[in-house]
Amino acid sequence: MGAEVHGTQSFDKKKRAEIKFSDAAMAEVKEIISHYPPERIKSALLPVLHIAQAEFGGWLSPETMDYVAEVLRIKPIEVFEVASFYTMFHLKPVGKCTFEVCQTSSCWLNGAEDIVKYIEKKLNIKVGETTRDGMFTLKTAECLGSCGTAPMLQCGASFHENLTYDKVDKLIEKYRSENRLRSYTDKDYQNTL
Amino acid sequence: MKVTIDGVEIDVPKGTTILQAARMIGPSVAPPAMCYYTKLKTSGGYCRTCIVKVTKGSTANPNPMPKPVASCRTEVMDGMEVQNFTSPEIVEARKGVVEFLLINHPLDCPVCDQAGECKLQDLGYENGSAKTRYEFKRREFEGIDIGDKIKLHMTRCILCYRCVKTAEQITEKRLHGVVHRGDASEISTYIEQVIDNDFSGNVIDVCPVGALTDRTFRFKQRVWFTKPVDAHRNCDKCCGKTRVWLKGEEVVRVTARKDMWDEVEEFICNSCRYDHKKKSDWVIEGPSHISRASVISQGHYEHLNELKVEAMKHQKALGFMDIDKRP
Amino acid sequence: MGRKLLIHNDKVPNIHTLEVYRAHGGYASVEKALKNMTPDQVTDEVKKSGLRGRGGAGFPTGLKWSFLAKPEGVPRYLVCNADESEPGTFKDRYLMEVIPHALIEGMITSSYALGAKASYIYIRGEYFYVARIVEAAIKEAYAAGWLGKNILGTDFSHDCYVQVGGGAYICGEETALLESLEGKRGNPRIKPPFPAVAGLWGCPTVVNNVETIAAVCPIVMMGGEEYAKIGIGKSTGTKLISASGHINKPGVYEIELGIPVEEFIYSEEYCGGIRNGKKMKAVVAGGSSVPILPTELILKTAKGEPRLMTYESLGDGGFQTGTMLGSGGFIVMDEDTSIVKNLFTFTRFYHHESCGQCSPCREGTGWMEKILKKFLNGTANESDVELLWDIQSKIEGKTICPLGEAAAWPVAAAIRHFKHEFLEIARNKKFVDVSHYNRLNKVTA
Repeated sequence: MGAEVHGTQSFDKKKRAEIKFSDAAMAEVKEIISHYPPERIKSALLPVLHIAQAEFGGWLSPETMDYVAEVLRIKPIEVFEVASFYTMFHLKPVGKCTFEVCQTSSCWLNGAEDIVKYIEKKLNIKVGETTRDGMFTLKTAECLGSCGTAPMLQCGASFHENLTYDKVDKLIEKYRSENRLRSYTDKDYQNTL
Repeated sequence: MKVTIDGVEIDVPKGTTILQAARMIGPSVAPPAMCYYTKLKTSGGYCRTCIVKVTKGSTANPNPMPKPVASCRTEVMDGMEVQNFTSPEIVEARKGVVEFLLINHPLDCPVCDQAGECKLQDLGYENGSAKTRYEFKRREFEGIDIGDKIKLHMTRCILCYRCVKTAEQITEKRLHGVVHRGDASEISTYIEQVIDNDFSGNVIDVCPVGALTDRTFRFKQRVWFTKPVDAHRNCDKCCGKTRVWLKGEEVVRVTARKDMWDEVEEFICNSCRYDHKKKSDWVIEGPSHISRASVISQGHYEHLNELKVEAMKHQKALGFMDIDKRP
Repeated sequence: MGRKLLIHNDKVPNIHTLEVYRAHGGYASVEKALKNMTPDQVTDEVKKSGLRGRGGAGFPTGLKWSFLAKPEGVPRYLVCNADESEPGTFKDRYLMEVIPHALIEGMITSSYALGAKASYIYIRGEYFYVARIVEAAIKEAYAAGWLGKNILGTDFSHDCYVQVGGGAYICGEETALLESLEGKRGNPRIKPPFPAVAGLWGCPTVVNNVETIAAVCPIVMMGGEEYAKIGIGKSTGTKLISASGHINKPGVYEIELGIPVEEFIYSEEYCGGIRNGKKMKAVVAGGSSVPILPTELILKTAKGEPRLMTYESLGDGGFQTGTMLGSGGFIVMDEDTSIVKNLFTFTRFYHHESCGQCSPCREGTGWMEKILKKFLNGTANESDVELLWDIQSKIEGKTICPLGEAAAWPVAAAIRHFKHEFLEIARNKKFVDVSHYNRLNKVTA
């Protein structure tokens, strides 16, 4: 497992030198850092990783993590330890839209498995894979707190609930035509509560 | 503070943990510990092998504790009563913990350098079951070289966090840590960096299993064919007091000295560990004390000189020739 | 109709804005507390109210507050646990999304009682959009002077921040949450010390669930004694229940503690009965970790008395015949549901969410999932049931944090009440998922 996740990834010094938050992202990072006592800025790590992931291609490359370490003045290993602990941080490249289909109890009771199978067939990928055009990645997720509106999937900041095959079709169509990276930090979320 | 462990009472200072108190009484009541390490702050609590049953909280509050507690992280209260080996419940629970630690362990002792000085072997032998009930594929990881001196076999790791705490507390810079989570957790550096600083070799000594081994010693000898001696040298980085493992006249490896609980007495520097592999580098004090329970004690004579003097006395008395002057 | 204290205004248009919220009596508890009450008086009212932690453990809130150490010169913190992740639970999300100011009002009033100058709302990362809603509400509150320096012209100043998580159920455990808030892995701490003594950054901290904090507002307004009159015995006040599964009307309901379970499931006011005219098979009453109960035991206790929605009544009979109110994640399963497969989804969940610190949970949860997978593959043996039972017993109570129990209890309860289902699969060497077809009907192509 070790080699698969980080051993094969190289560290590209040139790429690293190019990584820098945009002014808008940096302003957001600074705002977050202001939430804590000055000697506790490591606390900003999770929110800052979210911003970094959205800013640098939807995943956290070793170069990105190294940059975040520099911004927060901590060791790179501290960033890696945290990034690899939480499920929302992708350590490998993903598609522009990552579908995370909830599969825990209530969603399963309401047909989540069928939704997963349907998406697999429709996009011609298996769970964990990305479409060849780099548009969609399919993942399964554990309980996302939509049990009353099951089955559901999350894509970036948006919750898509009470799913039917029809809804999935429309969703794929819409996202494909919009053709942009969907991040958890997106401000134009749609939810269907 | 008075505490009773398995029926033996002892008076200990405030702040003593149950495990420390039990060790003061002796090995007959001391719980096994795989992750706790006296010299590492905040160590312990993870492996759960040292769990004990507190049947009486204290004189002031005699209620028992509802669940077994990790003795390494629980401080004694005055009048506390603890059951360890005398509690069938604890013995059974510990058997469970041993089983959990072993289900994903490769059991590759025949090719593991740690065999013979492995705490997991001892734990399994003393507290485990002879059979496994696990029938699935075990977790697998590739072996990784962390620099030219340390080999990481993640498959053998029990995630005791000792090496992480050592790197944080003993060395200048921590370059490795625990990444991922759950049973996918692993010890890793950030993008396979080389762990290299003056005290990094100590992670090998604190590792209870064969997850972190000395590459300069790798596959050279089974430990029970070597002779450990206590030795020292003048060192400007560390105490210079080490254990030198000899095979004939050859120094096959250098480690820190360990106490009766298999914990490092004083951490040593990499220069002592790796760069002084000649017998003449060291002032040899004499054979190291090895527990009789250890396989290393076979063929190991700690009091050889005294025995020789003793023997000669007898021989002289009997009118034999001096054995050192034989033709 | 039962009384509602938390989400009574949830259908009011734009109740998420400060203007509308205020027009409906919002922030009155801040006014009352700051102007007419001392911090200790607020704590006393919470004590009198009998309010119990709504996150799942049900620990008396007033008592928790009274444990807070107050050393001179050391800051104290209130942290809101909005890391709602217990399968079956979505009430906090609803509350924060629909009436975010109810939480912020509670944060201010509670912080006043605790003497906390800063507070954090730790929201699970997946609820990023909810965090945006709460952040917007906080901004409004600052602009209107409900947050910041010298609130309402008093000496009390307070800052409230939102923190998002990264996706980890374990961060719902309060010490793991604090670790995560400090920018670390969500590894639960070894206790003692408890957060009340050494919590966030080593400072005294109270961690409370969203609903608990929101409930402080009506308690301050109506008085603790009045609040305690709602409910039965030690189950006082109202509780948000997240209802899901095979029911006609899934959703979040506010109930007066003490209504019969049967009424909750079958009345039109709440769940509206079982979908598609099916019979009920089993209920998980308080989130995935509490023991599942078959129909006969969820509707009536072993003594034959009607089961009520209270901490005590649901717990009646211990784990032999009872369960827990937990977080109020109420999952109903119809007659076609495979208990074994449902258990598999739970066990997979706990395996996925184990932090990996301590060995019984790290290794045991994965082992149980693998064995349950054998049942779904039809390759399990009868002896696997005993093995499962033994493994769960060796996890329960042996771990650092309660995730061990949470993983063990559902396994134990499924075997306790539905052993025949496991044995049947093992004997026939075949698993048939009947409920599959039932679900297809709902998911229209």
